[in-house]
Amino acid sequence: MLNSSLQQLGSALRAGKISSVELTQLYLDRIGKLNPALNAFITLNPEMSLAQARAADALLAGGKAQPLTGIPFAQKDIFCAKGWRTTCGSKMLENFIAPYDAHVIAQFNNAGAVNLGKTNMDEFAMGSSNETSYFGAVKNPWDRNAVPGGSSGGAACAVAARLCAAATGTDTGGSIRQPAALCGISGIKPTYGTVSRYGMIAFASSLDQAGPMARSAEDLALLLNVMTGFDPRDSTSLQRDKEDYAHDLNKPLAGLRIGLPKEFFAEGLAQDVAGCVNAAIAEYKKLGATLVDISLPNSRLAVPVYYVLAPAEASSNLSRFDGVRYGYRAPEYGDLTEMYENSRAQGFGEEVKRRIMIGTYVLSHGYYDAYYLQAQKIRRLIAQDFTEAFKQCDVIMGPTSPSTAFSLGEKGDDPVQMYLSDIYTIAVNLAGLPGMSVPCGFGSNGRPVGLQIIGNYFAEAQMLNVAHQYQQATDWHARAPKGIA
Amino acid sequence: MSLTHADVRKVARLARLAMTEAEIESARAQLSGIFELIAEMQAVDTKGITPMSHAQDVSQRLREDVVTEADQRELFQSLAPQYKGSPQVEAGLYLVPQVIE
Repeated sequence: MLNSSLQQLGSALRAGKISSVELTQLYLDRIGKLNPALNAFITLNPEMSLAQARAADALLAGGKAQPLTGIPFAQKDIFCAKGWRTTCGSKMLENFIAPYDAHVIAQFNNAGAVNLGKTNMDEFAMGSSNETSYFGAVKNPWDRNAVPGGSSGGAACAVAARLCAAATGTDTGGSIRQPAALCGISGIKPTYGTVSRYGMIAFASSLDQAGPMARSAEDLALLLNVMTGFDPRDSTSLQRDKEDYAHDLNKPLAGLRIGLPKEFFAEGLAQDVAGCVNAAIAEYKKLGATLVDISLPNSRLAVPVYYVLAPAEASSNLSRFDGVRYGYRAPEYGDLTEMYENSRAQGFGEEVKRRIMIGTYVLSHGYYDAYYLQAQKIRRLIAQDFTEAFKQCDVIMGPTSPSTAFSLGEKGDDPVQMYLSDIYTIAVNLAGLPGMSVPCGFGSNGRPVGLQIIGNYFAEAQMLNVAHQYQQATDWHARAPKGIA
Repeated sequence: MSLTHADVRKVARLARLAMTEAEIESARAQLSGIFELIAEMQAVDTKGITPMSHAQDVSQRLREDVVTEADQRELFQSLAPQYKGSPQVEAGLYLVPQVIE
């Protein structure tokens, strides 16, 4: 069961070979056993999970099942789920019980899926190692001295450790792809605007995008089918016809043009990661693809641009946490300003405060043009690089992360070093393009390596096809950490 | 670029974050490192480039000016922060320290 695809789990449930209650209990037992060491979940609520499983069993018995009915999924703790504690990895929301469902959660509920629990994450999704979580770091199931990546580190860990059938994540600068790479799983960040942000706690609204994390591209396609769709409650949700993302999975790759940006293979890329990525690209050649050398000359500016725009948006989004209507309020204060200042100082962690301060500074009087406006202009240059590149190729490939998972605490004191671990993923968010990561081998330290696949706008079905064909020809995605399955 | 102690104190004040002098000093060092990274973009010639504020160049959707939310005041008030053991709400309002003397 633990290594079954979502398709197989759905079939087993519909055939009555296992009930949703049994499957949910199986995962809850595994979580009970493995989570104390891995710390992938912040909140579990077996009662609510099993109630959903019983409802799913009734649907299954009544012949009213959809493809994901009865399957247990882990939800990133950034999504509000009615009646569930929703913390966003922060002390600020330690006791916050969400009063409504995020669109993503509602979509899973409508599909008859089971919410298995809320996964750990970097506080307010700000981090690349999951070490900024108020609820403690997550361990990488491949090597418990290593970080799982972030910010969707709990989700990546839970999928890799077979603590759930699949999971949700969000990606503002690489937060689905980088942890997927570091934990040896598959994850896709769709085109900006494809999945509604309603009820997803905001970090940087012009970049935030939710997506699925799973053990295969085939599973990702089924999950995207459920997660995507127009939602009037998100002003940036795109109105498009419903698409079946599994439709093209089996198309042969002959004639596929793969663009290889020279900037993604330059200095700074670890040799073992480069080796795995080059081997994957060689495999694609065998599958009939042709390779095209391309250039994304402005991609080197993606990190600086991101660290102006994302903190600017965050400083505005996080101003709502003031200790008045919900969230943390300091136990001691005098006047109103002191109430705000103490509540925010005590409720937010170091990294979140750092980013709020960067954002506040770049938006403050006299600096707006030099920072914010300049960053927005370069953002366009970065997006135009991709537009040019896609005239010559169908998909772009490269490493997801410059190295395999680093060790816990390794980059703790140096925010800049941490920021640079997202050097290959951030440009994709700035352009609003879809990007994914699939496992493609292991580094010299035995930790997983991810291959990044970047597609043109709305090319998710094609990217999933490209990933699926690779996963038919290789078995990196099917490997499990030792002692797991 | 290097920030001064006074710069950081001002930003902390604008962001409504209480900080001790020692915290301001350690934030100053780290923020200066980040602004060095950010400074890389200052040299880029962006004359004539239209700023990109969003991933998709679509215009903001409008909706009818009608009530779409249900009244959930009681549910929302139940989420109010506690202070000295009691939720800070009264008669449907949120309680904060007195602002006008």
